[in-house]
Amino acid sequence: MARFLVSRLAQSLLLLVLVSVIGFGVLHLAPGGPMAQFALVPGMSQAQLAEIAHAMGLDQPLPLQYWQWFSRLLVGDWGHSYRDAQPVLAVIAARLPATLELMGAAIALAVLTGVTVGVLGAVRRDSAFDVLSTAGAMVALSIPTFWFGLVTIYVFSVKLGWLPAGSRATVGDASLWGYVHHLIAPACVLALVEVAVWSRYMRSAMLDVIDQDFVRTARAKGLPERRVVLHHVLRNAWLPMITLAGLELPTLLGGALVTETVFTWPGMGRLFLDSLGYRDYPVVMGILMVSALLVLIGSLMADLVGAVVDPRVRLD
Amino acid sequence: MTDAPLAPPRRLAALLSRRPAAGRARSGALHRFLRHRLAVAGLAAIALMLLACWLGPLLIPYDQLFIDIRHRFAGPFAGPHVFGTDQLGRDLLVRLLMAGRISLTIGFAAMALSTAVGTAIGLVAGYRGGLVGAALMRCVDAVLCFPSVFLLLALAAFIRPNVVTITLIIAATGWMEVARVVQGQIRTLKARDFTLAAELMGASGFYVMTNELLRNAVGPIIVAATLTVARAILAEAYVSFLGYGIQAPVASWGNMLNNAQQYLGSAPWLAIFPGLMITVAVASFNFVGDGLRDALDARVEL
Amino acid sequence: MAGPVLEVRGLSVGFADGRRTVPAVHEVAFTLHPGETLALVGESGSGKSVTSLALMRLLPPAPRTRVTGAALLRGRDGTVHDLLALPDAAVRALRGDRIAMIFQEPMTSLNPVHRIGDQIAESVRFHRGLDRHAALKRAEGLIERVGIPDAARRLRAYPHELSGGMRQRVMIAMALACDPAVLIADEPTTALDVTVQSQILALLKGLQRETGMGLVFITHNLGVVAEIADRVMVMYAGRIVESGGVVPVMTAPRMPYTAGLIASVPRLDLKGGEMVSIPGTVPDPRAPPPGCAFAPRCPHRRPTPCDEAVPPLEAAGAGHDVRCRRWAEIAAAAAPRPALEARA
Repeated sequence: MARFLVSRLAQSLLLLVLVSVIGFGVLHLAPGGPMAQFALVPGMSQAQLAEIAHAMGLDQPLPLQYWQWFSRLLVGDWGHSYRDAQPVLAVIAARLPATLELMGAAIALAVLTGVTVGVLGAVRRDSAFDVLSTAGAMVALSIPTFWFGLVTIYVFSVKLGWLPAGSRATVGDASLWGYVHHLIAPACVLALVEVAVWSRYMRSAMLDVIDQDFVRTARAKGLPERRVVLHHVLRNAWLPMITLAGLELPTLLGGALVTETVFTWPGMGRLFLDSLGYRDYPVVMGILMVSALLVLIGSLMADLVGAVVDPRVRLD
Repeated sequence: MTDAPLAPPRRLAALLSRRPAAGRARSGALHRFLRHRLAVAGLAAIALMLLACWLGPLLIPYDQLFIDIRHRFAGPFAGPHVFGTDQLGRDLLVRLLMAGRISLTIGFAAMALSTAVGTAIGLVAGYRGGLVGAALMRCVDAVLCFPSVFLLLALAAFIRPNVVTITLIIAATGWMEVARVVQGQIRTLKARDFTLAAELMGASGFYVMTNELLRNAVGPIIVAATLTVARAILAEAYVSFLGYGIQAPVASWGNMLNNAQQYLGSAPWLAIFPGLMITVAVASFNFVGDGLRDALDARVEL
Repeated sequence: MAGPVLEVRGLSVGFADGRRTVPAVHEVAFTLHPGETLALVGESGSGKSVTSLALMRLLPPAPRTRVTGAALLRGRDGTVHDLLALPDAAVRALRGDRIAMIFQEPMTSLNPVHRIGDQIAESVRFHRGLDRHAALKRAEGLIERVGIPDAARRLRAYPHELSGGMRQRVMIAMALACDPAVLIADEPTTALDVTVQSQILALLKGLQRETGMGLVFITHNLGVVAEIADRVMVMYAGRIVESGGVVPVMTAPRMPYTAGLIASVPRLDLKGGEMVSIPGTVPDPRAPPPGCAFAPRCPHRRPTPCDEAVPPLEAAGAGHDVRCRRWAEIAAAAAPRPALEARA
């Protein structure tokens, strides 16, 4: 276990370094680069531009710039937003909770629905329910999240008026219901793709287990079918699903960005788009890094949890 | 204990498996029928879409850029504009089809590029193995850590968007899965005898890679490529919807939705039709990929 | 207590294959008395495992399989239940309680993510309504009874922490949890190595003496049969081809197939004697031979009468039945030698 932990951590650190190199490279090598916003300001002379570049350290060789940037990154100095001069970490930290809240709600929804659909599909294999849910999942995977968001707004906000069309809360309404009311539509929209993913994986994980000998043993004990499925099949089938939770994080984060845009949800995704618009390079860079970090930590945790809950891995 | 005359009870296992054998239960046949049908339907839909997008505009008496202020926001299925018109009175159907040309072209081109890149990297990583292979695959992992929408946007925002650059960007963020599939496939193939046989016969590494390994990995690559078209079409839609992709007045399904957003209440058809086109296109490729996966017996998950 | 604890009549099983039904078991009938051991012998594909799974109602449900006949199990209160006719819920109440089963593969027959104590306790909890603590206490006793040392600690072990022999002991403990009247053991020793095999056999025999349960022991290994069984039933291509007491069947087999099986048991006492195997394979159940199913492989086959029709089960002695039209002829010809023609 300790060895597994150490090697998995080392792997994550290596990935972290690679991730930072890629992120740094992407924004520096792209045409325009971090100087793009200043080049657009009218009346800015070449000398002034050079001065700004010097002040920002942009005239130094790239590897050096990277090293300085990365070492500052490690100590939590992620630079300042070009837009309002706030520290990048503070800017992101202000928006992160909204994103995590949205993602958390969507994951909970997706796991509950997806697992239920997948289990039922596997237990009643080839039934009408199974065929329809499998095909439905495929269609759900093909629906663009933003369009589904627009349709949801059109139906539930514009036509029916049941749900608010966007934002996280109504000004002046601090009630819990107010929050939940605003959360329903974006969480459902973000969850759609994940429901499809989870039901597909859950179904095939269940089918991998359902014909195994120990399931027959459980039936031979005279257990009710419900207990056989939940206690014996599902308990084995959901182990690989924990890893899936980690693997799905990038998709979920990407979906959150789009969902936040459609529902004007004040999270990190919207911040990312706004910052792109302003060429606010440090914030864009910061969000890229934070999302990659979230993914790294998420998959690390998923692997660790997966190892802890699987008794076969718990060797000394 | 030896039991020489007694074969393992394979037939019994097959009979006892809860999986229905070919043509057994009626609902099982329905299942396969539908699955198969969906792949066939997907293929038909793709063909129809290609045909419509390239021939359709020639048959419609409107230009995608023709502005007719008197007929703004004409509703669908009433009057000469079958799918209605947008805020400038442009015919929605012809715009949808022209946008389809762009979206499908980007989808296929990005698929070709990312499949080529992914196959090359996966091939080298899988065949070389060792440090080179590990390094390449760690790079794949690292790129996969970034949510692809974030990466796409970050790249798109710093590049002048047109069909070529958008294709490049989508390919740049879409080759990793193919690389993984190919690398895994090559590694299992490499363990088999024919690779060794070829090497013993003095074949060069490049020859072995291209002629022996690649040929045997074609099935999974085709499946992955098909699913990659679906992802590329979606990716284009996302970037264009968010304003960093194909720019007006050129239409793509994504930027038509971006435009439709502000008229959602008054002209919902502007949002509904492009979204349906995307969904149908993406679902078609997904169904075909799924059907191919079964047909080619390739366990590829993207 | 007189009378059988399990009586099977006319048990037939067919598997749906497309539009037709492929027969797997034909008209199997036997009785089992308390404390008695019946060995069910045959090659794989002979229908012995299907027979046992049908009795346990563990085959896939109706449209996929067709089970007919009756399996009368005497309940705890003396009432008789037809296992093949009861509704699912009623079968579940008996299964694991009055009739239990252990399987061939101890490595895969235990759930890898549950502790063995819980897996044993589970059936007591369901059938006896004990709470977890009491059930675990009982499981500990059972673990001790099946000869696993350090029971209290083993209770908390996971299956992967145990050897194959230990796991089979756990399976036995699990099956015995509710003191079943009938235990079906489907090749319980096949996957184990030889020394462990005899330990498990001894354990089963000992436990049977203690509890007086009837044991249906399924095996392809006649060496094991001699060790454990009171009566033998040989199956071939889904039919009983010979049945009787263990001594007459083993020493004077009347069916050439039984004789072949006995000859193919590797014997340490016959030095230099080569091991004999029966040539050919079990017929495809989709296309059975017109007459005796064993005829294509039988050294004594004559087109008449062997290929004419499926032979009936004839009495060849007291309680000794055989499904062979030529058994009397063959027996007469080979009178001096019981185990026939070791053609080496």
